[in-house]
Amino acid sequence: MIRLIDIQKSYDNGTKALKGVNLRIDDGEFVFLVGPSGSGKSTILKLITAEIAPTAGRLMVNGYNLNNITPRQVPYMRRTLGVIFQDFRLIEKKTVKENLIFAMQVVGASSREIRKRVAYVLDLVGLLDKGDQRPDQLSGGEQQRVAIARALVNNPQMIIADEPTGNLDPMRSLEIMMLLERINELGTTVLVVTHERELVNRFSKRVVAIENGRIISDETGGYYNNETTI
Amino acid sequence: MRQRYNFKYLFSEGFHSIFTHGFMSFAAVCMIVCCLLIMGSFSLVAVNAQHNFSDLEKDNQFSAYIDETLSQEEARALQDEIEAIPNVARAEFVTKEQAQADFEADYEGNPLFEDLPSTVYRDRFHVYLEDLSKLTETEAAVKQVAGVADTYSAPEIAEGFTVIRNIAGGVALILVAILLLVSLFIISNTIKLATFNRREEIAIMKMCGATNAFVRWPFVFEGMILGVTGALVGFFLQWGVYALVGRAVGGTDTIDLIKVLPFQPMALWVLLAFLITGLLIGVVGSMLAIRKFLQV
Ligand SMILES: Nc1ncnc2c1ncn2[C@@H]1O[C@H](COP(=O)(O)OP(=O)(O)OP(=O)(O)O)[C@@H](O)[C@H]1O
Ligand SMILES: [Mg+2]
Repeated sequence: MIRLIDIQKSYDNGTKALKGVNLRIDDGEFVFLVGPSGSGKSTILKLITAEIAPTAGRLMVNGYNLNNITPRQVPYMRRTLGVIFQDFRLIEKKTVKENLIFAMQVVGASSREIRKRVAYVLDLVGLLDKGDQRPDQLSGGEQQRVAIARALVNNPQMIIADEPTGNLDPMRSLEIMMLLERINELGTTVLVVTHERELVNRFSKRVVAIENGRIISDETGGYYNNETTI
Repeated sequence: MRQRYNFKYLFSEGFHSIFTHGFMSFAAVCMIVCCLLIMGSFSLVAVNAQHNFSDLEKDNQFSAYIDETLSQEEARALQDEIEAIPNVARAEFVTKEQAQADFEADYEGNPLFEDLPSTVYRDRFHVYLEDLSKLTETEAAVKQVAGVADTYSAPEIAEGFTVIRNIAGGVALILVAILLLVSLFIISNTIKLATFNRREEIAIMKMCGATNAFVRWPFVFEGMILGVTGALVGFFLQWGVYALVGRAVGGTDTIDLIKVLPFQPMALWVLLAFLITGLLIGVVGSMLAIRKFLQV
């Protein structure tokens, strides 16, 4: 569960990225976070992953209170999250399998756990036959599926995706969204940042719209209208 | 919760990294070797000097001549008083007859000293010191003892020896300190290069929830390997250099004036000192290198 209460964020250069954001995401939800460029979407995700700290307001992530979390606790908090980026961020010199194994070794998983889990997530994202290929031998859509598999491999409570389809054509984008929907149906909370209106409107999900550092609408079964301004 | 470790992972990461930037690793090892060699050579010279000059140092005593009005019994009675003075290790009574015999033995065949009457000599104490560097003070204190007429020493030799030792020690210390700093600098830059090559991996690790200790380990391990390699190379070079210098010194006809100690009995200590220093340089260097990287 995620809870942002009156969150404000000013960057060092004085940019006010968030100007009082209230947001609650319960376990099991699927949420689109939409808004124009520079509206503060990535800032919200970085606050959730504890990459940056809020200037004001209270912030809770999966049972961790990020206002007074110690540096020692941060890694364990991050293990409750699976993060996906627009640019995939795979390790190029490692194969698909090795990328997944690496993500599990990092949290100290045993070889047995690793073998079982890697096969399972590769199957889930439909890449069982590509496990021994390197990322540069895969299409963009396949690479993003590897990234999703990696996000899932440590069995997080929640998946956070920052423009996961930004580099993909509409067909691949739809596939990725459907995969995330499937993962959500299996019980993982999903938060997706995007500004692809078409794509959002194909799904009937909760849509949180942010503009200029403020949430301007939050509707379940929502509709994303990019032209909306207040 | 505790971080679990997969040591196979840690070691293979650490080893791999060394070879991906071979030249810097090589430079780092060379610096450690130089540092250890200089440290080791100075220490070995010091050990040898200590050994060779310990006799000289024992010789560093002075004579306290006894007033001629005192009988030998009265003179002997002064021993306790002299030995009670701080820094006096012991005092040895020498009668004028003994002194004459010693003296004539030293200058046997020299007509200048033959057949001198024993009245030229005085009863005396040979006063041995604990700390040579406090010769002047001790000598003055002994002179204060009633019955001691005069004292005689050769302070130039004693002080000269101490001064040389102190200067050599100081120079060695400064040199080693400088080299230690340079080694640390180079090794930490080598590791920094490794972290730079792998900054994306580090970012991914942190995103996946790796602890700082886990991220740090392969780099510390890399530093340790460099340090130990430097220590081993340095040890064998030191051995070689020592053997060569030893043979050269022993080969000259300086009438066995300088005895070079054999290396083998000291080898274990040298190896230990080198390993510990090498490891320390490696670990501290790598810790310095990745400090900045972990603040995410
Ligand atoms: N590190 C930073 N330092 C200073 N200002 C920043 C920093 N990161 C973001 N900003 C500013 O904060 C505001 C919000 O940025 P953010 O990245 O959250 O936007 P976004 O909604 O993700 O945009 P986009 O859709 O283009 O990714 C922008 O004005 C941006 O310029
Ligand atoms: Mg963004």
